[in-house]
Amino acid sequence: MLAKRIIPCLDVKAGRVVKGVNFVGLRDAGDPVEVAARYDEQGADELTFLDITASSDERDLILPIIEAVAAQVFIPLTVGGGVRAVADVRRLLNAGADKVSINTAAVQNPQLVADASARYGAQCIVGAVDARRMPGEGAPRWEVFTHGGRKPTGRDASEWGLDLQRLGAGEILLTSMDRDGTRIGFDLELTRAFADALDIPVIASGGVGTLEHLADGIALGHADAVLAASIFHYGEFTVQQAKQLMASRGIEVRL
Amino acid sequence: MADVAVIDYGMGNLRSVSKAIEHVAPGLTVCVTADPAEVARAGRVVFPGQGAMPDCMREMDARGLRAAVLDAARSKPFLGICIGLQMLFERSDEGGVAGLGLFAGHVRKFAADAMVDAAGARLKVPHMGWNGVRQLQPHPLWAGIDDGARFYFVHSYYVETADRALVAGETDYPHPFTCAIARDNVFAAQFHPEKSAAAGLRLLANFVGWQPRSMPLGERK
Repeated sequence: MLAKRIIPCLDVKAGRVVKGVNFVGLRDAGDPVEVAARYDEQGADELTFLDITASSDERDLILPIIEAVAAQVFIPLTVGGGVRAVADVRRLLNAGADKVSINTAAVQNPQLVADASARYGAQCIVGAVDARRMPGEGAPRWEVFTHGGRKPTGRDASEWGLDLQRLGAGEILLTSMDRDGTRIGFDLELTRAFADALDIPVIASGGVGTLEHLADGIALGHADAVLAASIFHYGEFTVQQAKQLMASRGIEVRL
Repeated sequence: MADVAVIDYGMGNLRSVSKAIEHVAPGLTVCVTADPAEVARAGRVVFPGQGAMPDCMREMDARGLRAAVLDAARSKPFLGICIGLQMLFERSDEGGVAGLGLFAGHVRKFAADAMVDAAGARLKVPHMGWNGVRQLQPHPLWAGIDDGARFYFVHSYYVETADRALVAGETDYPHPFTCAIARDNVFAAQFHPEKSAAAGLRLLANFVGWQPRSMPLGERK
């Protein structure tokens, strides 16, 4: 049976792994290659690197990091952040990324997703969606935000997820802006809305503070994979512990 | 002359394959090449592939690699990976494209709307992640790898063959499908050994040390 995946996320800025709260207030969390190797040893199923470098001049700094990690860690690597053009996708894949996630640029230019998917295959294109709950009564709705969660788009997140699937994304990385950095758990309604509506896998992200939260994302949110950063970065929990907890709840994992 | 040639026809992440082989066999020379002559000279050949099979076939032919691939598959240790497995068969539902026709069989698409597991949960396409591989025949490339060990998959199409003797490994999603084939000097896998941590690295180490007993065209210089 296909295992549900646990994906530690490494935010990279100017060559270091960092972790912020609600997308601001960064703390240093270590050398990317060392952190990646540690997660691999713990049994991480994949790794995601998000380049949160603000200026495009410094963005190429992530390429040697990906090259170094790909030479030592033999599990799938996803890289995102600042991907604007098919040429950016190519650069990251050539550096050793297996998948490239596209967020703001996909909203601004959906054709980029279609072009990159047609050229390199849906399996390596991840549609990243930052969603925030809209105020109001009735069935919950979420709005897509871009630019690292700073810019509202007015676009309905669930509809955008379907658009990304149609455009050729092979997977969705779904982050709850409301929960990111809060450590109170995933927005399970949001996760379920995506996971149940889409044919492609959905990775839940944003809000993990305990191992139970990870299991909830799968069991209650119906996610195919769960992503977390801070609970792993500071040695609080290992990936192995997360998998044992998930297995104890009857979730199929790679132990 | 390279010990191992990774055939490069412009489709996908070949760095991972070459880095993983260098990692398990530091003494060997590994080249990533689109040059048919270099493929012909190499001691063993890895035939990867990513993306869509029609594109893979077109790009392989555009680089004049078809004859070199077929020759390698008949004359030296040969490892196909992902689309590099699918391309060895007769035809794919993906774009209706013809493959190399080395083995009898067709490449089919997972039916996204009919995919549910035993518990009734929906299965996504692509089949993406770590799944167990049942070893259906003993093979030197399985040495040291547990039957049922998980490997990393990412694909929407799979090989369907009536030739059961060809099948070296099977995976369930939700029905059993062929995830590895073996005959003579050829072994090919739907999963990605270069992305499958310890089990995958072991398979690659087994490949670089593999001395097939029989090869259709015999040993070549």
